[in-house]
Amino acid sequence: MKTSADIVIIGGGISGCSIAYNLAKKGVKNIIVLEKSYICSGSTGRCGAGVRMQWGTDMNCKIAKKSIEFYEHANEILEYDRDVDFKQSGYLLIADTDKEIEQFKKNIKIQHKYGIPSRMLNLDEAREIVPYLNTSILKGAAYCEKDGFLNPFHTTDAFYKAAKKLGVEFNTFTEVTNIIVKSDKVVGVVTNNGNIATNCVVNATNGWSKEISEMVGIDIPVYSERHQILATEPVEPMQGPMVMSFGLNLYVQQSPEGSFIMGRGDSNEPRDLRMTSSWEFIEEMAKTIDLILPPISKLRVVRQWAGLYNMTPDKQPIYEKSKDVEGFYMAVGFSGHGFMFGPITGIVMSEMILDEEPTIDVSMLNLNRFKTGNLLLEPSVV
Amino acid sequence: MDENTIICRCSDVTLKEVRNLISEGYITFEEIKRITRIGMGPCQGKTCGQLVMREIALATGKNIKDVKFQTNRPPVVGVKLGLIAEEGRKDED
Repeated sequence: MKTSADIVIIGGGISGCSIAYNLAKKGVKNIIVLEKSYICSGSTGRCGAGVRMQWGTDMNCKIAKKSIEFYEHANEILEYDRDVDFKQSGYLLIADTDKEIEQFKKNIKIQHKYGIPSRMLNLDEAREIVPYLNTSILKGAAYCEKDGFLNPFHTTDAFYKAAKKLGVEFNTFTEVTNIIVKSDKVVGVVTNNGNIATNCVVNATNGWSKEISEMVGIDIPVYSERHQILATEPVEPMQGPMVMSFGLNLYVQQSPEGSFIMGRGDSNEPRDLRMTSSWEFIEEMAKTIDLILPPISKLRVVRQWAGLYNMTPDKQPIYEKSKDVEGFYMAVGFSGHGFMFGPITGIVMSEMILDEEPTIDVSMLNLNRFKTGNLLLEPSVV
Repeated sequence: MDENTIICRCSDVTLKEVRNLISEGYITFEEIKRITRIGMGPCQGKTCGQLVMREIALATGKNIKDVKFQTNRPPVVGVKLGLIAEEGRKDED
C-alpha cells in the first residue's frame, strides 16, 4: 500500500469505484480506494439489482435518467470483458389506494419533463404485462419500459477494472480506523494496514457513512436500516418487468438467470448495522407474494440475505464538499438507490472535487438542506 | 481434472473459469461467487464450495482450513414460498 495519495476514497462499492474511475479518467493520478472487506461486499453487493427512472422528485428523475443512459452503454464505455447484464424489461408500479394513484400521476408529470417514457395503466393493461397479477385489491399501475435489471457485481467489477487500468490503487481488507484532521483540514487516513498521507478523502461508505463522517467530527443526519431480500430457484422466463408496490412494501423481479429476487424494508427495525436475516421477513414476504403474484409462491426460496439502506430525512442522497473540514467529501445517504445512481455519483463527485462545471447541478443535495429545512422529499421508496 | 469440468452445477461454472479468476486476483470465495454466481444456486455451495476453496488454497499456498467459505444463508433447504405463507397465516388465526 502506498503511504501517500492525492485522493483517498473510502468504500469499494459502486459509488467508490465509479468516483475513482471518473477521477482517473480526468487524469488524476495517485488515487487510492480503501475497502474494509472485498470489492462489492457492502450495500451494492446486497441490493435488489433494479434500476428505475420512475421517481417523484426532479432531482432523482434527472440523476436516474442520466444513469440509465450510461448503463445502456456501460459495457462499451468501461470496456468490460464480461457483461453488466443490463435488461430493460420495465418496472410495473402497482397501487392499491386512490391516494397512490394520485401520487403516480404527479410523479409521471415530473418524469415527462425529463423525457422519461412512463405512463399510467389501468388494471387490464397491467395484466397484459404481468398476466398472473392479482388485480382484485389494486386500483391501477404506472409503467416505464426503460427501467430494468442490472447485475450489481459485474457492474461494480466493470468500474473497478476500468479504474484499475487507469492506475487507481485498490486496497481490499483494509479498514479505515481514523481520519486525521489538522486545523480543519484533512491530512491523513489511518488504517489497519498503515497510514496514508492525503489532503482529500471521499466518504463513499453508504451503510457506514455516519461512522466515517464522525471521524472528522461531522454529524450527518443519516441512519442505516436493514433491508432484506430473498432469491428463489431459477425457472424459465415468466415475468418481464419488476413489480413494485410502495403501499404493500414489495419489489419482485426475475433475474436474467431465472431466479426471482424480492425484497422489502421494515421501518420498525432497530437502527444498527446488523446484516443478518430474519424469519419475519421471509414469512411476510411469502404472504404478500401469495396474495399479489400467486404462481410465484410455488417456487422454492434458496437463500435470503440483508443489506443496508443509508437513509436521509428526505430519502435523497447527500453529495457534499464539506464546509467545516477542508478536503472531506461525501457521497452517501442513498436511501436504497446508490447502485442505480452509481454512474452519476462518480461524475458529479469527480466534478465537485476538481472544481468543474457540474453535468447535473446537485448543489441542492448538500448537507445544509437538513439545517435549513429545505428538504426535497422523495415519495416513492420501498 | 479437465479444465472444462463443470464444478458448479447450479450455475454451470467450469474449473477453467475459476482458475482464471484466481489468477486475475479474485482470491476469496465471496469474490469468485459474485462474478460467477458459484454458491448462489439451489445447492448453496454444497457441491462446489470445497472444490473452489481447494483451488484458492492451491493457488495462494494457503492451508485449505484458512480459506474462508461464503456466509451460509437461510433457508438450509429450498422451501416453497406458498408453504411459508400458509404456515405464516396460521399464526394470524
